[in-house]
Amino acid sequence: MSEAQIKSLEEEFEARIARDEKIEPKDWMPEKYRKTHIRQMSQHAHSEIVGMLPEGNWISRAPSLRRKVALLAKVQDEGGHGLYLYSATETLGITRDELFEQLHTGKAKYSSIFNYPALTWADIGAIGWLVDGAAIINQVALCGTSFGPYARAMVRICKEESFHQRQGYEITLKLAQGTLEQKAMAQDALNRFWWPSLMMFGPADADSPNTEQSMKWKLKRKTNDELRQQFIDQTVPQAELIGLTIPDPDLKWNEEKGCYDSGEIDWDEFWQVVKGHGPCNKERMKARVSAWENGEWVRDAALAHAEKQQEKKLNKAV
Amino acid sequence: MKKEWPLWEVFVRSKNGLEHRHFGSLHAADAEMALENARDVYTRRNEGVSIWVVESKNITASNPEHNAELFEPAQDKVYRHPTFYDLPDEIKHM
Ligand SMILES: [Fe+2]
Ligand SMILES: [Fe+2]
Repeated sequence: MSEAQIKSLEEEFEARIARDEKIEPKDWMPEKYRKTHIRQMSQHAHSEIVGMLPEGNWISRAPSLRRKVALLAKVQDEGGHGLYLYSATETLGITRDELFEQLHTGKAKYSSIFNYPALTWADIGAIGWLVDGAAIINQVALCGTSFGPYARAMVRICKEESFHQRQGYEITLKLAQGTLEQKAMAQDALNRFWWPSLMMFGPADADSPNTEQSMKWKLKRKTNDELRQQFIDQTVPQAELIGLTIPDPDLKWNEEKGCYDSGEIDWDEFWQVVKGHGPCNKERMKARVSAWENGEWVRDAALAHAEKQQEKKLNKAV
Repeated sequence: MKKEWPLWEVFVRSKNGLEHRHFGSLHAADAEMALENARDVYTRRNEGVSIWVVESKNITASNPEHNAELFEPAQDKVYRHPTFYDLPDEIKHM
């Protein structure tokens, strides 16, 4: 194809998106669109399954059967979210094995929030309330994204997320209403998860060079800072209602702007964790890789069994 | 690792009276496992009463590049629609 032809295809492509048409896997697309989507969607898929690790660890230690079934269902949902997203990513012409390979070798990223440890039961409350809360804000914005399989996966995921946040808030609420020790636990979890949750929206707009392109492709409807602000404004009253304090001395209602002013995020910490130096980066990858490697013989055996059954069927037919 | 489990497309009937609709895809070693996985991945909240799985390689898809020749001919055939025909006002239901 000549450069002029590509240019006109690209213009038509951008126009389709601007008209709110969806792009489907077999449609022509610019190489950059394909690559950006593989990167973002797989990163999203990886986050779902790595996110199962800190919470899965608490299933057997949930304080009641009610909490246990809820957490089990939530973690199972996250596995499902990973699967929806992996198969949506595969429609762009990359295999599941390649995607796992990228995760396991550190070539692909996942959300940094999962590199923080879940130390107490109260953390399970904070994760559902804050981490899923922040994830929902990001994901709702993606339900109208331009790539069809991604948008469909997002709609399905958003339907399932709301219980995740509610069960987390309920855990936090019960602890906040409990003994002094329990309340202190809830506050401690909020203290540790607040800032990392704000970081989930990504770098500040000024340091986010791809925003304009992402807006065009509807991978973003609002900027990182706008979404972050939305999260702060919705979460502060939820904390106040149950008597917990947001760990930000600069947090103040701004009457004029109609939103909260807040303190500066520690961006050094953010980049440190992104670069692999968070508290749990190594532990998470070790758990993932060993699950994958130790499961290899099971995958191979299942395939061998399937092939044998197929042969038997063919022989009978002859 | 020998090779990847094959890819399957999953179709779910949400309730009797409705058609099976494409829900997504998954990997499984064989059809039986594909059905079981589809149940776990796509019907955790009563989304279905019946599941079909089809190995993706068995699906033949039309090529979007041929959309013009495939679908445009239908665009100028307005006479296939009821509104094309002029009837007297007295005829209320037809
Ligand atoms: Fe999720
Ligand atoms: Fe979730």
